[in-house]
Amino acid sequence: MKDLNISKLEAIFQQKIDDDVKIEPNDWMPDAYRKSLIRQISQHAHSEVVGMLPEGNWITRAPNLRRKAVLLAKVQDEAGHGLYLYSAAETLGADREKTIDDLHSGKAKYSSIFNYPTLTWADMGAIGWLVDGAAIMNQVPLCRCSYGPYARAMIRVCKEESFHQRQGFEVINKLAEGTIEQKEMAQDALNRFWWPALMMFGPSDDDSSHTEQSMRWKIKRNTNDELRQMFVDVTVPQAESIGLKVPDPHLKWNEEKECYDFGPIDWDEFWQVVGGNGPCNKERVDARRKAKEDGKWVVEAAMAFANKRNAKKTA
Amino acid sequence: MTKQEALHIYLLRMGDDSLILGQRLSQLCGHGPILEEDIALTNVALDLIGQATLFLEYSGELAEQPKTNDELAYLRLEKEYVNAILVEQPNGHFGDTILRQFLFDAYRKPLLEKLLDSNDERLAGIAEKSLKETKYHLRHSSEWVIRLGDGTEESHERIQNSLESLLRYAHELFFENEVDKLLIAEGIVPSAESIFPIWEKTLNDVLKEATLTLPKNNWKFQGGREGRHSEHMGYLLAEMQYMQRTYPNMEW
Repeated sequence: MKDLNISKLEAIFQQKIDDDVKIEPNDWMPDAYRKSLIRQISQHAHSEVVGMLPEGNWITRAPNLRRKAVLLAKVQDEAGHGLYLYSAAETLGADREKTIDDLHSGKAKYSSIFNYPTLTWADMGAIGWLVDGAAIMNQVPLCRCSYGPYARAMIRVCKEESFHQRQGFEVINKLAEGTIEQKEMAQDALNRFWWPALMMFGPSDDDSSHTEQSMRWKIKRNTNDELRQMFVDVTVPQAESIGLKVPDPHLKWNEEKECYDFGPIDWDEFWQVVGGNGPCNKERVDARRKAKEDGKWVVEAAMAFANKRNAKKTA
Repeated sequence: MTKQEALHIYLLRMGDDSLILGQRLSQLCGHGPILEEDIALTNVALDLIGQATLFLEYSGELAEQPKTNDELAYLRLEKEYVNAILVEQPNGHFGDTILRQFLFDAYRKPLLEKLLDSNDERLAGIAEKSLKETKYHLRHSSEWVIRLGDGTEESHERIQNSLESLLRYAHELFFENEVDKLLIAEGIVPSAESIFPIWEKTLNDVLKEATLTLPKNNWKFQGGREGRHSEHMGYLLAEMQYMQRTYPNMEW
């Protein structure tokens, strides 16, 4: 009897998905759908928060007042994205602090790109241009994701990301039209961030364990390889337009397919970085863990204070 | 000293206070105790950098040899910065950061309020824009001082210690010399005398609610307004000026 009910509920659920009706927090949903979304949304939230660190690394050294202000605003936006994504995960019953503890213990993942170091000012340009550019490719389809709160959060996130992408391109463009040192700085940043940016779309479709089910549930709308190809096709002409060279000897326009062919991705490096062996994995997670540990007494004080005030009110 | 020279220096003080405190707070971006507070402190940093931009722009125009706000922010020697020593103090723990902020906000808010009536219209305009932000900063920092003071035993002890170590730097905010005297006479800036009682009342009210006590040691530090800084300042500038010093005369 119970099984029958569940299969009925599943059928209603899948019908909604097929009819593009959004799933809302109080709707019935299969456990696997809920789990898959919690995993994806909290990973996304962690990426926003960890992503503050590589750029935060350059706020104090930004070369002028305007760049400093823009970078502060951008990193602040990312913290905001983190907040509403954690909230979206909470609508599925995930506990924010527990989710964060999973990040700190290494159980939860975040975007591997943030495990690469930011070594020069040009990296602020490369991150905005390439990393936020790739994030937009990933996230625009998520605005149509079947889960309502996630789709709505993504609409707002994408608006801000496209501003970030433009400011990143402006930073790198300014360097590309600058002095020899500045051009070299820009090219060096592109050299270091190009391949990690392509890896941001995740493993190739043949090796992606979550893609098929996620597409059936309309959590995901395009495969990793489709999105990666779109990114290459949009970004290569941008690099050319400012006189920078994409570091891929195999890169070539394919007349027949009307897209770029590009060289093989170093998947060993990808899996190493995902597995914790990137240049900055330890630093990033340690920094987040330290922030929470250092802030523990502050949170305790705020709670104790709130309790005292409430007690006074009711007394 | 002419009125223009005096105003140039006065604006430099306002700009440097904002710039250096903004620089300090921006070191915390991504490392706040909770995400909401990370956003709040970054927001304060952003406002202060914005205020610095306006004050330094105006100051630079009045200099004997006009300078841009970036030249002033990035290319002076340490002894040419005239911020109060308070704002260059390290972030320490969250209580130190918040108390430093509170001591500054409680001074800056009444100052900006009085600058609304300045005979210098442009200064009054910058004050008006800044005041909206500073009101929020003061509310935020006072609320935290109260929460930490009247929170747990540990938080009380920590922020009491912050007060012991930072209060001695606050008196410099009321520093006056011939610059101020000239501008006060012209009706361009208010006297320290008119700000101090308001600052003191805010301080006493907040400390009372926070169950904190004023330190017995009433030692008063000064020097920043005259370009004599603490040992921390050199490192702060080395970091902030890194790009401009390493790659001179380039556009970013």
